[in-house]
This record gives sequence, structure tokens and C-alpha cells, in this order.
Amino acid sequence: MKNMDEVQRVGEVIEASTTDFVAQCYELYQSPPLGSLVKTRDLPLELYGIVYGAATTSLEPGRRPIARGKEEASEEEIYRSSPQLLKLLKSEFSALVVGHRQGDKLYHYLPPKPARIHGFVYLCGPEEVKEFSQSFDFLNILINAHLPVSTEELVAACLRQMSQVYEDRRAFLVTAGKELALLLSGNLNQLKAILGRIKG
Amino acid sequence: MTQQNENRRLGIVVSGSLNKGLEVRLDSSASVEDMAVGRYVTIEGQMRRFFGMITDVSLGVIDQKLTVTPPDVSDPFIAEVLAGTSTYGTLHVLPMLTIGGDAVSLIEGPQPVKTVPSHFSAVNVASQQDVELVFGSEDERKFYIGTPLDMETKICLNLEELVKRSNGIFGKSGTGKTFLTRLLLIGMLQKGTAANLVFDMHSEYGWEGRSEEGRKVKALKQLFPEKVAVFTLDEESSRRRRVSTDFVVRIGYDEIEPEDIGLLRQTLNLTEASVQAVYQLAREFGDRRWIEVTLGLEDGDETRQLLTRLSIHDSTYRNLRRGLETIRRLPFLLPHAPDNPVKRILEYLDRGMNVVLEFGRYTDITAYILVANLITRRIHSQYRERMEKAIGEDIAQPRPLVITIEEAHKFLNPEVASQTIFGTIAREMRKYNVTLLVIDQRPSGIDDEVMSQIGTKITCLLDNDKDIDSVLAGVSGRSELKSVLSRLESRQQALIFGHAVPMPVVIRTREYGSAESYKDFIPSEQIGKAEKDIEELWE
Repeated sequence: MKNMDEVQRVGEVIEASTTDFVAQCYELYQSPPLGSLVKTRDLPLELYGIVYGAATTSLEPGRRPIARGKEEASEEEIYRSSPQLLKLLKSEFSALVVGHRQGDKLYHYLPPKPARIHGFVYLCGPEEVKEFSQSFDFLNILINAHLPVSTEELVAACLRQMSQVYEDRRAFLVTAGKELALLLSGNLNQLKAILGRIKG
Repeated sequence: MTQQNENRRLGIVVSGSLNKGLEVRLDSSASVEDMAVGRYVTIEGQMRRFFGMITDVSLGVIDQKLTVTPPDVSDPFIAEVLAGTSTYGTLHVLPMLTIGGDAVSLIEGPQPVKTVPSHFSAVNVASQQDVELVFGSEDERKFYIGTPLDMETKICLNLEELVKRSNGIFGKSGTGKTFLTRLLLIGMLQKGTAANLVFDMHSEYGWEGRSEEGRKVKALKQLFPEKVAVFTLDEESSRRRRVSTDFVVRIGYDEIEPEDIGLLRQTLNLTEASVQAVYQLAREFGDRRWIEVTLGLEDGDETRQLLTRLSIHDSTYRNLRRGLETIRRLPFLLPHAPDNPVKRILEYLDRGMNVVLEFGRYTDITAYILVANLITRRIHSQYRERMEKAIGEDIAQPRPLVITIEEAHKFLNPEVASQTIFGTIAREMRKYNVTLLVIDQRPSGIDDEVMSQIGTKITCLLDNDKDIDSVLAGVSGRSELKSVLSRLESRQQALIFGHAVPMPVVIRTREYGSAESYKDFIPSEQIGKAEKDIEELWE
């Protein structure tokens, strides 16, 4: 098992279900990018998730922030003059569970149990992303999930993120594209939308 | 080997039947544009390997919408992603043979296919070794005739098997029939599998011919001076072309029998009644004299009385007379020939020589049909006698004889095939060790019954539907072969199928005509010697 300190800790699970989990960031606005691969531990399992959404809201659901910048010169000034703001706001992100690891083996399907509340959430490093993206079986979970964010956006963001760890980005994207072409054989428009978003 | 196979992998079998052939889905790594009909593939089944031929290439899409709203393939990324996934190529493969993995099948060699490989069997481009395994390599019986498309492997014809049946070489004019024929004849000479008698209408086989580009091409006698005798009907033409001839053929009227005239009915424009009249005249004056007498008849009472007695109508007589005059104008016909050409030909053949009969200037079909038929009929009866004797007395059978005829549809069309000797030979003479090598550009003109008896067919490009149908009649996988046949290149390519090859094969004909190519046929010192001999002869 990899040393957890080597990878970046980005938050803590505050809500979990079989298919996804929500984590709160330790720092405001420090949620991992859309589509990135994160993991949380529930020994002996490690759960992998793809970040599908992030939000920054008021700590209290009923209390909305109000505009404060009228008298300030810059945006930073707002936070400087009202340091309590950082304590009144929170950033959260949601991740779709796409696989898990047990022992040395990676499985690209749902784990038997959801994540634990207060489990730490880490952003996976390049080696781990590479290892995970050896198989594209997780794409199927992404495509079939019902999420507030559109599937095309999520899949494209995820593949863009993953491709960054590869030297030959294009080759990775072509292989992924081919996999998608098979998965989305009946939905040409969706395929076109995704390919259009990853070709760049 | 495995590595090599990996590289040559084309795709997987996705559907198909034994009758209609297999559908093979191309891998995305294999480009449709690299495929070609007529190319060989091997299919790795679970128990055995299959050997087949690509007969069609097509394009498929996974979703019909793609054809209506094509994606933006100007973007190389999208094009690359879609290739082999949403859009893919399919091959239609006709399985022909199976190559078993066990010891027994290794000894027996490839067997005709009786089943299909299971789903998703891998399809590879056939390797050189595979092709060699199927077609064998050159030996004392097998003659290298060409190479498969895009391969260096030699395709060999088993000539011993070949000469056991009548064979045909077909193709549009200018597609290389003559070259192929020359090659086959050389093969038979080289391997000594049969004696040849060639009725050489355009004087191309005995001595020098010309390729389409006007290059001089050596022919049989130049390559095998000891084994070939050139007979000529036209001494002058032969001399002008500096051909060393062995015998000048002259045919006497007395050699022409009524059947010979019957065969010329169409070319001489004779009526049915005229042909009947010929038989009556022959009965009256005798088989040997009737032409001379008939041609000598003068207009007068006597003739009229004779005609009345034989109840030959005057117009019939005129018709016949006109026809006979045409024959009489042939310069090689004499009232009495000084020598008997048939006897000479047989003598040469008996000595193990091959005879090429040149027609020189007399290339009109009347002369060709008359002479070929006349000579062949007698040779046929000789062979028949000998064969029967050989069977009866249990002695050596006569050496197989192959008679080569051009413009075969004139001899073997449905109207005359039943009467001519060639029809008979094509149908039954296999038993008497005489077979035909039929060369023709209109195979549809040849009688079906004769066509069906042809053992091995070698066909160059044909583009007339009727011709293609008649050549392919009765062959399994016909419609597939049809697409292969009509897409042959117009030069140097031919489809061979039938008795002498284990499966239909498209070949690029062996190089012939360059000094290099001759060396492969005979030792080089012999070429020099032959040429020198000829030069001396004409000094």
C-alpha cells in the first residue's frame, strides 16, 4: 500500500452512499478539479472516485452571504477586512465511486460498502492515475450515472485530467475515444459531444 | 513466427456460412485500403487452420446515423477514434481449405473445407509458408507459373495432373493468353509430362513472337531446339521470319472428308442441304476423290443429269460449289499431296518431339478449322488404336498428348461440338491420353457440355457477363470468384481454378520475355547454342 503522505490530502468525507460521496475541503476553494481521481480509505478497501461537482456555500443552509465589496478596493480586501468569512463558508466536492482496490488488485466496479464518514480524501498522484486508467471499464459507470452535471462534460473532463499524466496524451485519448465509440454506439450525438471536448 | 502473425493480423470472424463465405471484421489497425480481393488469409480456428481468399471488401458503420450525418473527419483525432470502432471495414472471405494440426493432416496436406471456423477466430494474412504448404514448391512435376498477388511465393501447377484433363485458357484479347499458353507449353516441355501438338494460328509459339510493347519474345523452338519441331503451312512466311522449319505441310484434296466440310458450314456459309449433298457426292465418287471430281464438274447436261440423279437442287449445288472454291483457293491444298503430314506429325510425336504447326499468312478461320480438324481426327484415331492395343496387350501406353487450339469457340460451339473431333476429345479422350488445351476469348461460345469437362481453367480478365458465367459454371463459390475475376488487372494476372490446383488462385504471371527469364527455363549455354545454330542455318 502506498504511503498516504506522499499524496495530497484534499478533504474529509461528510456524506457517503454506495455510488458516491461528498467531502468537505480543509481549505476554502481548494476542491480538486472536475474529473480528477480521488480516493478514500475504508480498510482494507480503498475507494476511488471521480470528482463530478464542487460547491462553496454558507456554513448555515439558511444564511446566504451578502455582497460586501462596495467600499473595498479589491476582492482580496473583502476577506482581509472580514476574516470571519473564511469560517462561515465551506467548500465541498462530490465524487462518483468508480472502483476500488483490495490488496494489490484494482477493481473497476463498485465496492461492497460505501465510504466512511470522516474518511480522509486524497487526490491521486500521476502513477496511481496511470495505474487506474489502464482499463476503461470505469467509463461505463460515468456514462450511466445520473448526475447534476452532464455526462459529456464529466467524461470529457475526466479523460482530459487523466491524459495529463501520460507522455503521449493523444494516444491515450484516441484509445479512450475508441472505447467510448463502442460504449456509445447507439448514441452518436453524445459521442460527438465528448470527442469534441477532448480533441483539443 | 508468432510475432510475425501478430503483425499480419487482419481481424476476426464475426459471421458467415460455408456456402456464402465468412464476414471478417477488420481490426482498427488494418486499413481497408490495404486489402485486395484475391488475396489469401489464414483463419486460426480452435482445432484447425483455414485457408481462404478475400472475395469482397466492404465498409460498415455501427450506427446508421453516421451515414446520414457524417462526423467531422477533417479532424484527425475524430477520424482516428472512429476508424475501426464506429466505422469499420469488413472482408468477405471464402474459406477454401483446412490445414489440420495433427500428423495425419500434415501428410495428407490441405483438405477441401467442410466447415467454418468458430466465432471470433483470428484472421491473418497468409504467410509465405502457408501458401507454399498449399500450392507446393517447384519439383519435377510441378511448374512455377506465377506468384500470388503481393507475395513472392511461387504458385506451382501440377502438370502431370493438368494433362490428365482438357484445360482452358480464357481471357479478353490482349490480357496475356498467349504468354500464359507459352508458359504452360514450356512447362510441359521442361517437365516432359506430355507431347504437344500446337495449332499455331498466329505463328507465335514455335518461333519468336512479339509482346504488346513490340519486344521480341522467344518461343518454344528457340528454348528447346532438340524437343520442338516447327511445321508450317506457309513456307514463305516462315522463311521471311527466319524460322527454321522442319516440315512444310501440304494437304491433298483426297485427305478432306465430308465431315470436314460439315464443320466448315458456318465459315463457308453453306446451307444444311449443301452439307447433305457433300455426303451424297462422297458416296458417289468415293471419299478420296469427291472434291477433285466436284470441282472438275462443268456446267452442262452431264452435270445436270448427275445432280438430278442425286436429287441435289441447283441452288444447293451452287452454294456448295462456291464453298469448295474458297477451299480450293487455299494454297496449301493440292490435288495430291507429296507427303502425308499426319504421318510426319505422328513420327515426330513418337520420337518425343513436340510439334508446332504454323499457319503463316493463312490466319483465316476456314484454313484453321479445316487443317486442325483434319489432322486431329487422324491423330485421334491413331491414339485410340494404340491405346486399345496397349490395354489389350498390356504394353506401355502412348505418351499423353496435348493438342492446343486457338479460337476454340469455332470448334466447340454448341452447333458443331457434337460433330467435331475436338468435341469428342474434350468429352472422352482423356481415356486415350489425348487432351486439349483450349484457348479462347469468348468462352460463352463454347458448348456447355465441353466447358464442364475442362479440368483446369486459367482465365485472364473477362468482362462480358456471359463469358464470366460460362467460365465459372459449376464452381463452388461462384459469385465470389466472379467479383475476383472481373477485377483482375488487364495484364499479367490470371485466375486459376480446377483440377491442377488445390483451390482457386489469382496469380501474377511469371515473368517471361527477358533474357533473365529464359535462364530459369533452360541452362544458359543452351540458349547461346540454339541461336548460333539458327544463324548458321540462314547464312
